[in-house]
Amino acid sequence: MGLIRKLGALTLLGLKRVGRMGLFLVKAFFYASTPPHKFFHLLKQIQFIGFQSMLVISLTGAFSGMVLGLQGFYTLNRFGSTALLGPMVALTLIREIGPVFSALMVTGRAGSAMTAEIGIMRISEQIDALELMGLNPFRYLIVPKLLAGIIALPLLTAIFNVVGIFGGYLVGGKLLGVGEGTYFGEMANYVDIKDILGGIYKSLSFGVLITWVCCYKGYYSGFGAEGVSKATTQAVVLSSVLILVWDYFMTSVLF
Amino acid sequence: MIKIEDIHKSFNGLEVLRGVSFQVEKGEILALIGRSGYGKSVLLKHVAGLIKPDRGHVFIEGNDMCCLRGKKLEEIRSRFGFLFQSGALFDSLTVYENVAFPLREKTKLTEEEIRKKVLDMLDQVDLIGAENKYPAQISGGMIKRAALARSLVRNPEIMLFDEPTTGLDPIIACAILNLIDSLHQRFGFTGILVTHEIQMVFSFVQKVAMLHEGKILTIEPPEEMQSSSHPIVQQFIAGCVVGPIRYH
Repeated sequence: MGLIRKLGALTLLGLKRVGRMGLFLVKAFFYASTPPHKFFHLLKQIQFIGFQSMLVISLTGAFSGMVLGLQGFYTLNRFGSTALLGPMVALTLIREIGPVFSALMVTGRAGSAMTAEIGIMRISEQIDALELMGLNPFRYLIVPKLLAGIIALPLLTAIFNVVGIFGGYLVGGKLLGVGEGTYFGEMANYVDIKDILGGIYKSLSFGVLITWVCCYKGYYSGFGAEGVSKATTQAVVLSSVLILVWDYFMTSVLF
Repeated sequence: MIKIEDIHKSFNGLEVLRGVSFQVEKGEILALIGRSGYGKSVLLKHVAGLIKPDRGHVFIEGNDMCCLRGKKLEEIRSRFGFLFQSGALFDSLTVYENVAFPLREKTKLTEEEIRKKVLDMLDQVDLIGAENKYPAQISGGMIKRAALARSLVRNPEIMLFDEPTTGLDPIIACAILNLIDSLHQRFGFTGILVTHEIQMVFSFVQKVAMLHEGKILTIEPPEEMQSSSHPIVQQFIAGCVVGPIRYH
């Protein structure tokens, strides 16, 4: 009986947490869809999540494309179909690697910082101070980050894809001898608008997921420095796992 | 103005407040004293509506803070000023921006009018010259004064002070309490002051309440409190280790 009781209590606790997270997202979308909107805060967050992630996204995009070009060439060469290197690199990037890697990089660079920032504001009573000024912390802290995530992630993914495609060309075309016309021409034949839209939908949903998890963890972080560090670790781990799980479901529905 | 009725609050099974009731009249300052970690700040946060009680009510001019939500709660709260123990300044903003923040967000004043008000407030708390510094670049006393300026800049009707002098040297502590006194005379707010500086605040508060074991032990004018014959009050005011209050 004791074991069953413990299991029941654990299940209830889990459900309570999921419910609280769900309500957090509903609240964030509610405030995002009703005025007043904090445009300056939104721009600041787009700059932080989007612009400041461009270098790391470009770097990871370039090397992902290059390694895809290299591996793809050796594999396709066995079947004598190196002409399909362009579509292979492009489809892999656009449908999978681009949205997922961009989301993982943004989680590591901006998501952790979001959790730490909100967590520190929580433990140093800055969120209470906002509330006591009659201001809604969701409008000031959560909504701008959520919207910035939704706007920035697809753009960062697009940059990742473009840089990655050129990275693949650098290796496949310039080093291994696949012709420029073949690489880009075949790509145009094989890549469909459905593939591009699928990648955009994925990155949009990852934008929501990262900001939702990271803001939630910061908003309800525990006490002291330890509480914030735990919340930050949990936010990064949970976001990364959820990105991969959600990616599987999105892929099975979209393509 | 502020009426607290039978507040009960527990955290993880530990009962912190066990039926607290008292009242603060308009324009009065009540000093709330009691041992550290025994619920004074928790009680103050109940008054501000930041914590909901398990049982009981907090009325601000007849509005029950425990039942208010949304716009109405925001409206009542915008009549509050709250000086946090840590200051709670926004660390991404300068001192000037911190003080200007509530004016920019909650009023329709022009930037010039805001500038005038902020500089006047910073002058009151003797922080002219530090307006462009960030909270991390100023001392604890300056943070408290900047936080005081921010909480008073919109002329609140109710001020809640949570240990405004904790961690400060006696001279700065005295300066801050004198400042609270002079600002009270100037703005006439109603206030609750949680403090351990018993002798210093007795000169300007109208009532003193002692919170002991989750209840208000006594609530009296400062002169009567000082001459109280209650052994717990006597021991606490005198700061003796020996007495009915056990030190754990």
